[in-house]
Amino acid sequence: MSTGRNSEGLAVLGTETEFGITIKGRTQDSAVLSSGLVVQSSPDGIPVRWSLTEESPGRDARGRRYTVPVDVDAEALNALLPNGARLYVDHAHPEYSTPECLGARQAALYDKVGELALARSARDTQRLLSPGETASIYKNNSDGKGNSYGAHENYLIDRAVPFADIIDYLTTFLVTRQIFTGSGKVGSENGRPAVPYQITQRADFFETRVGLETTIRRPIINTRDEPHSDPDRFRRLHVIIGDANRSEPQTFLKLGATALLLAAIEDRALPDRLELEDPVSATWMVSHDPGLGRRLRLADGSSATALELQWQYLDWLTKYAEASSRSDEGCLDLWRGVLEDLEVDPIRTADRLDWTAKLRVMEAYQARENIGWDHARIRALDLQYHDVDPAKGLYDRLAARGSIDRLFDDQQVSTALQEPPRGTRAYFRGRCVRKFGPSIMSANWDSLVFDTGEATYKRVPMMDPLRGNAERVATVIDASDDVTSLINALGREE
Amino acid sequence: MKEQIRKPHHEEEHPPERDISATPQADTGDLDGLLDEIDEVLEENAEEFVRNYVQKGGE
Repeated sequence: MSTGRNSEGLAVLGTETEFGITIKGRTQDSAVLSSGLVVQSSPDGIPVRWSLTEESPGRDARGRRYTVPVDVDAEALNALLPNGARLYVDHAHPEYSTPECLGARQAALYDKVGELALARSARDTQRLLSPGETASIYKNNSDGKGNSYGAHENYLIDRAVPFADIIDYLTTFLVTRQIFTGSGKVGSENGRPAVPYQITQRADFFETRVGLETTIRRPIINTRDEPHSDPDRFRRLHVIIGDANRSEPQTFLKLGATALLLAAIEDRALPDRLELEDPVSATWMVSHDPGLGRRLRLADGSSATALELQWQYLDWLTKYAEASSRSDEGCLDLWRGVLEDLEVDPIRTADRLDWTAKLRVMEAYQARENIGWDHARIRALDLQYHDVDPAKGLYDRLAARGSIDRLFDDQQVSTALQEPPRGTRAYFRGRCVRKFGPSIMSANWDSLVFDTGEATYKRVPMMDPLRGNAERVATVIDASDDVTSLINALGREE
Repeated sequence: MKEQIRKPHHEEEHPPERDISATPQADTGDLDGLLDEIDEVLEENAEEFVRNYVQKGGE
């Protein structure tokens, strides 16, 4: 039994999304500067120095260590949101990291909140721009010109699970889940064969099976071993092969199915590894096959489609969930329905999946305009699907018309921008941002540093992602009128 | 619940690949209004918009 779960067996997880950014009307567009403007303009966040001293992005799950240069900008252009999330500049993108969530449904909600946070920031950036300039933010993963930026999932898992097991049992699942994790893309990139349209934004960029890098030679299994918690108890599995999704059911399915598979790996409940002969080639082959008919070679000499392999995983995990009485949060039913519809006709999933929703609209638009895949307006639609401005985003138009299912209403999303999850340490972080924000000197996932006015700063460690939840600290925060009494009360608790 | 789950059919030989351009249009009724909306919101100069959308690699 892993320690990274609450009493109901829900796992700690979260997502990080790098958003595309452009300032229209500006000729000299510095992406770093634009991203900084957007982060600083957030009406919801407070600027907080991010302490990198305890992060270890060069730590490799296979036991080696690499030297990773510290990005000075990253410490300065950083904000915390009252929901416990982090908004910052990573490389040349605004990035939103959800707070630590419990379960896939909550993580899908806080992932969606990122779109609202960025839309509000972009709106408030306008006053810093010249007339005729507009800041636009896109929740996608590719510019269609060979540049990709990430949407990463993080799953807290038991340190005792051998990393080799994760590589063995997760790889084929990650390659084949693309049929329901893709956000769709016109064309191909990175030297892959030409296609009119493919399932995912990211597949073209994966070049190796296992590795530490995320920006070059991207690996199917990323070995970054940076738990942001007690490294003796936890591993934070950093999954980099997914697309950023706008569809709420799709984000939920992506996270829920993966979390359930990881739980089964922890419990050694998977009967077979389903090893692919060439997982790297299979990655783009699955993505390049929106008809879902392509057969993949398995290491044992047999072959199967991605859909067939996903049926196998669903079968195993349905049995596993029944046997372990672990809550699947409704994810298994959603998964089954999606696979059934993909099998009959992928377009049937256009009310749940971004890649088929986009495909359906593009085909209708092409038919009406009598234009092809390479037309600029189709490529513009491909980008505009992901625009987080509800007035411009094609996804938002579809959702507003009821053509795409939602899991959350607008009120839930706005509330979750202001309030943290109650079951993890994000509760402590988020409440402190709202109540003691000006006293927070620096932050990291596993600590907050306060200025109480005394000679030294006070550091509150949060090494256990499940402590610092509402049950443990709500009363203390409610009762503390200032940060000194908060620190004193926390001291008495320990 | 269990019996609804289909098993992989390893024995099947290459099924016909579907051409996406031939995918049947499922219920396009709600799309007409949407396509009109797209005309209203789509970036005016699509070519320039697509050309200028250049990102740095990230992660």
